[in-house]
Amino acid sequence: MEDSDSVAVARVKAGDGDAYRALVERHSRSVFRLAYRMTGNEQDAEDVVQETFLRAYRQLHRYEARASFGTWLYRIASNYSLDLMRSRARHPQVAAGLSAESGGDALGTVASEAPGPDRLLFGDEVQRKVESTLSELSQQERTAFVLRHFEGQSIEEIGSSLGLSGNATKHSIFRAVQKLRRALEPLVNSVGTT
Amino acid sequence: MNHPTEEQFILYYYGEGTQIEDHVHACEECRASYQALQRVLNSVDSFPVPERVPDYENRVWAAVGKRMEKRSRWWSFGWRPLAAAMAMALLVVGAFLAGRTWQKAAPRQLAAVDNGIRERVLLVAVGDHLERSEMVLVELVNAGAPAAGRLDISYEQKTAEDLLESNRLYRQTAATNGDVATAALLEELERVLLDVAHGPSEVSARQLEEMRRQIEDRGILFKVKIFGSRVEQSAGNSTTL
Repeated sequence: MEDSDSVAVARVKAGDGDAYRALVERHSRSVFRLAYRMTGNEQDAEDVVQETFLRAYRQLHRYEARASFGTWLYRIASNYSLDLMRSRARHPQVAAGLSAESGGDALGTVASEAPGPDRLLFGDEVQRKVESTLSELSQQERTAFVLRHFEGQSIEEIGSSLGLSGNATKHSIFRAVQKLRRALEPLVNSVGTT
Repeated sequence: MNHPTEEQFILYYYGEGTQIEDHVHACEECRASYQALQRVLNSVDSFPVPERVPDYENRVWAAVGKRMEKRSRWWSFGWRPLAAAMAMALLVVGAFLAGRTWQKAAPRQLAAVDNGIRERVLLVAVGDHLERSEMVLVELVNAGAPAAGRLDISYEQKTAEDLLESNRLYRQTAATNGDVATAALLEELERVLLDVAHGPSEVSARQLEEMRRQIEDRGILFKVKIFGSRVEQSAGNSTTL
């Protein structure tokens, strides 16, 4: 995939705007997953998806093939998710306006009715608990945890996105894991023993 | 070796702190602790992400492609020196103000129709201006911090300078027209553009972070975005700015 990404990127840089379609189609679902995990909100995640691809397109001249296109794209997505959450925290009225402007579902009805494979494999109760505990984490804890746990970013990369030192980043992850552990351990253990 | 701490277990789970590996294998108590942590963190993978419809990719492309097309027009036409945008601002604002003078002497019905058209043209022009401004601010917010040395932002700086002139014209026109909300937003945007235009053309990672923080603190990107989309929505059917 990385090779075909590089080819598409080279074509876009050479002026072939249509080549960008392949990149959008290839990465849109994974950008959505990252955005949803970070924001915990479907509408916000859709906003992040569109904005990420637009920003990436505009900044493609700055992209150097040292990192894979996907990694670079997810960095843009996580930064924009962070901007969105910070803005929500600092300017609640503005953020409310933004949600209203999104008009519910920016892409029409895009959520599928079918349950995902995880929902079939894991108990609903565990999933609900994971969801509610993640939503109770501070924005910093949640971001650091999501980037480490789901995206596999290094402490250094996360620290750079959050503007934190290595130690502060680690502590955000530790706090997130401790909270998750407190909330989930009894449930996970009981599932494991039944 | 002492028993590892919870923090060490967490780092180990994520592939760091491998020095505790032997201990975890040898010590039954620690193995049990680590397995308990593993179970919890593995269960987090079940965090449900809403499924997307089968043609989701096409829908995203339809939405993104449409917005890209619009932005490409700025890129090829007015985005570089923005002289064309400035000329457009002068033309629109000039026509708007001249129309106001003429309107006083014109028959009431004719003046009302003309007033609607002029305000609509101005509305669209302000929307375009906001979109250009949003683009330059997004460039700055997302610019990768230089690992060493300084990042050249002279292009963004020059663009901000050009936008500043159009911004002043639109702000004054909005104020003259009694449109307080638009004037206030443009005033706020002007302060941000001023900071960029009058700042250094090369910035260190720390200066870039500071610049980014100021843009974020003011929430200007989101205000511009909301306003821009409102303008876009109402441009088709509204006659007031």
